[in-house]
Amino acid sequence: MPGGRGAEATAVKRVEGLDKLTGAERYVDDLTIPGCLWGMTVRSPAPRGRVREVRFGTAVDWSEFTIVDQTDIPGENAIKLLETDQPVLAGSAVRHVHEPVLLLAHESREMCRRGVAAVEIVVESEDPIFDFRLSPTPDQIQHGSDNVLKRLSIVKGDVEAALAAATYVVEGAYETGAQEHVYLETQGMVAWVEDDGAVVVKGSMQCPYYIHAALTHALGRDDDGVRVIHAPTGGGFGGKEEYPSTIAAHAALLALKAGRPVKIIYDRGEDMAATTKRHPAQVRHRTGLDAEGRLLAQDIEVDLDGGAYVTLSPVVLSRAIIHAAGPYSCDNVRIVGRAMLTNSVPYGAFRGFGAPQSQFANERHMDIVASRIGMDPAELRRINLLREGETTSTGQVISDGADRIEVLDAALRHAEYAKRQERHVAFNAEHPYLRRGIGLASFYHGAGFTGAGEVYLKSRVGLAARPDGSVAVLAASTEMGQGTTTVFTQIAAERLGYADGDVSIVEPDTAVVPDSGPTVASRTVMVVGHLVERACDNLRARLEVAADGTGDELKTAIRQWYADHPGGSLQVEAEYHKPEWVEWDDEAYCGDAYAAFSWATYIAEVEVDLRTCNTRVTDFVAVQEVGRVMNETLARGQVQGGVVQGIGWALMEECKLEAGATRNNQLTNYIIPTSVDVPPVRVFFLQKAGAPGPGGAKGIGEMPIDGPAPAVINAVAAALGRQPTSIPLTPERLFDMLEDAS
Amino acid sequence: MEIAFKLNGEQVTVQTEPTARLLDLLRYPLGLTGTKEGCGEGECCACTVYLDGDPVNACLVPVFQVRGREVLTIEAIDRHSLEPLLQSGATQCGACTPGVVMMATWVTTRPHLLEQFSARELMAGNLCRCTGYDGIIEGLQAALDVDGAEDGA
Repeated sequence: MPGGRGAEATAVKRVEGLDKLTGAERYVDDLTIPGCLWGMTVRSPAPRGRVREVRFGTAVDWSEFTIVDQTDIPGENAIKLLETDQPVLAGSAVRHVHEPVLLLAHESREMCRRGVAAVEIVVESEDPIFDFRLSPTPDQIQHGSDNVLKRLSIVKGDVEAALAAATYVVEGAYETGAQEHVYLETQGMVAWVEDDGAVVVKGSMQCPYYIHAALTHALGRDDDGVRVIHAPTGGGFGGKEEYPSTIAAHAALLALKAGRPVKIIYDRGEDMAATTKRHPAQVRHRTGLDAEGRLLAQDIEVDLDGGAYVTLSPVVLSRAIIHAAGPYSCDNVRIVGRAMLTNSVPYGAFRGFGAPQSQFANERHMDIVASRIGMDPAELRRINLLREGETTSTGQVISDGADRIEVLDAALRHAEYAKRQERHVAFNAEHPYLRRGIGLASFYHGAGFTGAGEVYLKSRVGLAARPDGSVAVLAASTEMGQGTTTVFTQIAAERLGYADGDVSIVEPDTAVVPDSGPTVASRTVMVVGHLVERACDNLRARLEVAADGTGDELKTAIRQWYADHPGGSLQVEAEYHKPEWVEWDDEAYCGDAYAAFSWATYIAEVEVDLRTCNTRVTDFVAVQEVGRVMNETLARGQVQGGVVQGIGWALMEECKLEAGATRNNQLTNYIIPTSVDVPPVRVFFLQKAGAPGPGGAKGIGEMPIDGPAPAVINAVAAALGRQPTSIPLTPERLFDMLEDAS
Repeated sequence: MEIAFKLNGEQVTVQTEPTARLLDLLRYPLGLTGTKEGCGEGECCACTVYLDGDPVNACLVPVFQVRGREVLTIEAIDRHSLEPLLQSGATQCGACTPGVVMMATWVTTRPHLLEQFSARELMAGNLCRCTGYDGIIEGLQAALDVDGAEDGA
């Protein structure tokens, strides 16, 4: 590759790191906007019913407030996403607790709070449904004939015939709970109206063009009538994929009515109560094996709680079922998925996007299968992991040069798996109340949008050359802590033979950057990063600089172009083209689901205290094949952060749902891991496989949360000789499980 | 009411409600937005500042309590001391980071605490959702090593 810098590129420091360490980075609530009002949301107190009356109390002077209801919406009262079923503000009906009904703005934040408290929304209740595992009664039907928001299935071979011929058939049912993202910066957005009438929103977000589409729809404006600007974003994890469209619409409506800028910043309580969570799931397995433990049939049902509106549930379900059978070779697979409507606060995108739920079930089930047929869990995986040339459940031929058995073996070696198993047997036989165990999970994660998704997105990236010879990358991919700015800088600098200082990344702004698609689905480095490379190539071609030309040659050519074109502006673009070999059939749900999979085996060691029922993770080994590692520090950070978030989901993070809403909506009682709750996460990368990303890179952001929960719970199972089937396995739940067994 | 206190080395006098949160006073009227709000109830430590030299959660301090005392915020921290945290990957999204820096910096000036507590225990009050803490702990250890080397020189 031209100007390639090899290993030292992986040590590049985070570009905006010092601004973050010094507190100089300006998030949306750090911006000073003259004349700005505070905006707040009045929400439904009831899970389902008709809004009969909105009563304005006497505790505040309402003439000081800007008040917006659904009649103030100029376009369609809908948050445009996959569907348009979710209103911007509820009209005559509400479908979940905390559903936005009314918006208030005031100069004083405190007065705004008092205003919210002074409004009473009177709802005539209707029969809600909260348990997605139950069939709705006729009164509870709110979508189609059965509340099923989406049905999807994958069929490969003949499952029933294979089950009938199997030596062993093992069944299991598994459940995973809702999870709150807990990005440390809560959601927030500021909106104002420009002199030319354009509505501008700026704030915390992953996907500027999703918000742009939602705003043009709800405000009834053309593309130029709305501008969306990304502010530095303090964590997302999927929680800022779709929900910011709602806050942006709310802030814009208030700003339009008030004629002044309006800022909406959720406090932690509102954020945790009202915004999306990870979909709760129930997964059932029926697995047939031959006498040697080879998989003959996998029959899997995946049910998700979608909550009160469609949001992204159909695509979460899609990723859940595609990953449900795991990275194993099996000729007969049937996977049926359903996303159910309930009257819970809508569930939405969360790192992993369905795959953590279905792979928790699959990897927990693999251990139960191993125990049932008397085989070591590592051996069961070894004989069934996909070999080069074999196919996934959708029939995708895996031939990427990665060696999944090498990944497994590396993890076993680093974790000293067999040695620790032996030590634990001796320890557990002696110790009065501590029990130790080790457990593993082998799993995979597809990078980029599923199937034809990237084709529909048609992502574009721009590259602007400056008169001094430097370049600026124009992309809609946002920095939310995962390192987009740094890695895009590296990719462009490496491709052009530039120093990092010669490359800048333009803050995403829909008036300036092209639509590179959303910042989700582990697609930023692999898909958009590849477009950055191609835009670099296009700049060289445009200036007729040879593909192996040096950075200095390119700079000279850029300066010459500006000398020849006074007042001109030199900018090139690259647009996504589907790799030719990728073939996906959306009707039959088969083919090449992803342009690349990353592969991993994670191993956890735990110690359970039988007195307190507390589980402590004492060691964690994470081995993965993600193709080329673009930046060692950032990549390691993605894995360590994802693993700890996964440990939290497995052992401590429990949304206590009451009428479909999280009652423990505080960091006081929704417990996430601290530094003493987790061990150092030992991270290892194998870098063998070729992949479509820059220099052979694949996706990495989501995969680290797929493996920790099954690895940890498998370790608990090994420690206790019991088989937990649901998470979070909090001390209270572990206590109940042990009580039930005794 | 009028409240006078020392802020980042300078004497300041502000007109404020006595029960206003120190966090809001710093961020909005005084424009020191480096101090972040994470939870508003003393759980996450993103808003850590020093009050008379010791770390406190600015979201839990009513302004009247700082009268006549000294407050130091992230804006007073020497950026040159932050290289070890930058190199170790201690910051990702940056929202918890100023609080992490305040606590880690406090620890590096009191290395004797490491005789009694582990680095993980000393940093356990600061919630971070991005790093899994390894980058933070490694950065703190590296900063302690740098300081130790300088002290010995």
